[in-house]
Amino acid sequence: MQTKVSCTLNGEDVSADVDSRTLLVDMIREQLSLTGTHVGCDTSQCGACVVHVNGRSVKSCSMLALQAEGAEIITIEGVDSNGDLHPMQAAFREHHGLQCGFCTPGMIMSALDLVQQNPDPDDKEIREWLEGNLCRCTGYQNIVQAVKAGAKSMRAGGKEAE
Amino acid sequence: MTKNGMGASVRRKEDYRFITGSGQYTDDINRPNQVYAYIVRSPVAHAHIRDLDISAAVATPGVVAVLTGADMAADEVGSLPCGWGINNKDGSPMFEPGHPPLAADTVHHVGDQIAVVIATSRAIAKDAAELVEVDYDELPVVAGLEAASADGAALVWPDAPGNVCFDWEIGDKAATDAAFEQATRVASIDVVNNRLIANAMEPRSAIGEYDSGKDEYTLYTTSQNPHVIRLLMGAFVLGIPEHKLRVIAPDVGGGFGSKIFHYAEEAIMTWASRKLKRPVKWTAERSESFISDAHGRDHISHAELAMDDDGMFLGLRVSTRANLGAYLSTFGPSVPTYLHATLLAGTYKTPAIYAEVKGMFTNTVPVDAYRGAGRPEASYLLERLVDRAAKVAGLDPIEIRRRNFIKPEDFPYQTPVALEYDTGDYEAAVEKALELSDYDNFESRKNASAERGKLRGIGISTYIEACGIAPSNVAGALGARAGLYEAGTVRVNPTGSVTVLTGSHSHGQGHETTFAQLVTEALGVDFDAVEIVHGDTGKVPFGMGTYGSRSAAVGGVALVNALEKIRTKAKKIAAHLLEASADDVEFKDGQLTVVGTDRSVGFGDVAMSAYVPHNYPLDELEPGLEETAFYDPKNFTFPAGCHICEVEIDPDTGVVQVVRFTAADDFGRVINPMIVEGQVHGGLTQGIGQALYENCVYDESGQLLSGSLMDYCLPKADNVPDFAVTTNVTPCTHNVLGVKGCGEAGAIGAPPAVINAVVNALAEFGIDDMPIPATPERVWQAIQAAK
Ligand code: FES
Ligand code: FES
Repeated sequence: MQTKVSCTLNGEDVSADVDSRTLLVDMIREQLSLTGTHVGCDTSQCGACVVHVNGRSVKSCSMLALQAEGAEIITIEGVDSNGDLHPMQAAFREHHGLQCGFCTPGMIMSALDLVQQNPDPDDKEIREWLEGNLCRCTGYQNIVQAVKAGAKSMRAGGKEAE
Repeated sequence: MTKNGMGASVRRKEDYRFITGSGQYTDDINRPNQVYAYIVRSPVAHAHIRDLDISAAVATPGVVAVLTGADMAADEVGSLPCGWGINNKDGSPMFEPGHPPLAADTVHHVGDQIAVVIATSRAIAKDAAELVEVDYDELPVVAGLEAASADGAALVWPDAPGNVCFDWEIGDKAATDAAFEQATRVASIDVVNNRLIANAMEPRSAIGEYDSGKDEYTLYTTSQNPHVIRLLMGAFVLGIPEHKLRVIAPDVGGGFGSKIFHYAEEAIMTWASRKLKRPVKWTAERSESFISDAHGRDHISHAELAMDDDGMFLGLRVSTRANLGAYLSTFGPSVPTYLHATLLAGTYKTPAIYAEVKGMFTNTVPVDAYRGAGRPEASYLLERLVDRAAKVAGLDPIEIRRRNFIKPEDFPYQTPVALEYDTGDYEAAVEKALELSDYDNFESRKNASAERGKLRGIGISTYIEACGIAPSNVAGALGARAGLYEAGTVRVNPTGSVTVLTGSHSHGQGHETTFAQLVTEALGVDFDAVEIVHGDTGKVPFGMGTYGSRSAAVGGVALVNALEKIRTKAKKIAAHLLEASADDVEFKDGQLTVVGTDRSVGFGDVAMSAYVPHNYPLDELEPGLEETAFYDPKNFTFPAGCHICEVEIDPDTGVVQVVRFTAADDFGRVINPMIVEGQVHGGLTQGIGQALYENCVYDESGQLLSGSLMDYCLPKADNVPDFAVTTNVTPCTHNVLGVKGCGEAGAIGAPPAVINAVVNALAEFGIDDMPIPATPERVWQAIQAAK
């Protein structure tokens, strides 16, 4: 049996008919056709699927689509402003915080939540926060640099690209 | 140096799409009228299929088809081929079992494919797969090397006695035995190289699509080498000629070797798409990846090193058993042989070496190349053994290495195990690493750790590896069933922008950037006016793909050779336009100038006149400006380096933390230092993963105990330190770029450095061995046993 879910996705009102077991990530990818949010595992370990639900980072593979009724959802596609990269996105590019790019949307969404809660995180805080985001390519060092730089840039109101 | 040219840390072209979520990975692609496949896999490790009942699944609403091995046999679908044959000591060929994409009547490992359920949604396909009833007659299982080699062991293949696929050797046995007779000191070691799973973050995926109007197939797949898949699947499995089969590997989320091979699912989706006349899509769930992606490593070795009184190496004897899994994966047999035993000379001038390798079948997932592929196994064994040898000889681990290094004046150096190293300076890398790691002050850091109740240890490795496997004729003589060249096409468009079609494939390496740098360097065109196309057999003329750190050393050189052809033709065109001789035309920074004059024409104008040949030497030159080069290297390249690791161990918990890690690597010339450093970081992290965290474990019945990311521990952000990375450049002598390759070095050099550091930290307990991975439990147990 299908149920209709209505929510906002990157600021737009959307709705989809989903099964009671449909995961939020599947609704986003399959029904709402935004494929920037990725699926890297089936045990909630990898964090490739992180989106923001009502302002907080959530692994969208570990939440049912039905639970998103009325929620505000932001995905990687909703982070930039009118085509201008968000400072955190720019920092990932500037600091080579990505290689294959598969983990990147989840990393960025997770990092944004960290900075929201801790505007000036140090290396250790960043590494601990990113425990739930696996990257197999970068060895994390450049991701940590990117998050630090992105946070700095955000503190400066997005004026510094690095 | 051209801005954005060779040697510049240019920011990556490809990043924009990835940071904005607009990358196109295979699972992001949906085709009109697409249906979804779910694969029924064996839950047991070895069994005859007595009965297979698909009726309930077929009857499920939404199910479009359920296909089995019998359907494949009826369509005469072939066996998944092995791309490298190994000969036994007596010259006879290895045993090659068949590998049907869907099992015919017997399953040989947990995860073996039995049937495919295809439905209008993923969920329906998965539900219906539960309804497929399989009746198994279970057979005895051998789930690991020890079980497979035991007396009277059950057989994975009745025609492979002793579960031996091949029994192979390399080197001079008599000379090595003689070296041991002369020796006054001998060091020996037994090592297990732990089985690993690549776990690229993007799970494998495939979409088969059939166009009945044109009788053409398209396969979208997570591959590192789409042309190789087209050849293997088209020619050997499905009987589709190249011109009717297009293979597209779009954005691919990491590979590390695991996406080189031709997998059953690619053939199943392509075949099914024709039967159903609908696109068929399959994407692995992560736990499915664990039981269907090829695994890596899994060796058991015994090695002995003969020395004289001064600790000079006289001879090395190695005996290895390598687990190949139940079937031969595409390049499985080459990994423990030509990619492992040929590297056993390491960076040392050991005059006599003999190695024998038994490739063995077990009821486990096939084993094949994983980042480093054979070379990590060789360097782990050798660098652990050399540390042992230092103890036996009473020498410092660095001193014994120095004494035995191949010296700069020895190059080219012919090893006793087939390879000829072209160049290197191992001592210089050690010097750089010692300085960067602040080696001299280790004792004070150790004391500081001790004050905090921690044990600190330091370890070194001076590894070597071989990249860009070549030349094709030599590889062919050694059993390769493919060529090992690369192709590149440079298409200069009429307005002077450049499209490059490369057979290399990027799944994170950043070719769209580095290859564009090579174009900018050669033609002086703007970096943004260059587009690199890869991963599509419908666009790229030919290619062998990316593995074995070959992209720059083989694909990059092919590109540079094609660029040189463009330069030559451009000069001729310019000579005509400038009414001069081509010999007098200089091509620099995008301008073609008659030497010693101010007569000059821009490259863009040359391009335009090639396509609008009104004022053009049509008698001598064809119009157009497009060139292709195939490049078959003369030799491997030999990156090498020195890695120094420092660990801190908590004696109460056994937890090992890597606190400092220094790498001084020789990759030859570097195109983009930022990207090279990134590759090193990633490789080191996988190497630390192997040393401390990752372990693929089967139980006796062949069940995979480490079958999910909950049980198989990938390194996380707080498991690794900031790395101190530098390079020590000796340019490769046999390619025009002077490049060697950097993708695998970290995974090759790090594991022995980490374990040597762990053993060093535990020396005070008299511990001189530590199985890999050095998990907290193992370390804690070792400390308790020693107390
Ligand atoms: S997909 Fe891996 S945590 Fe969500
Ligand atoms: S960039 Fe490939 S997984 Fe992180």
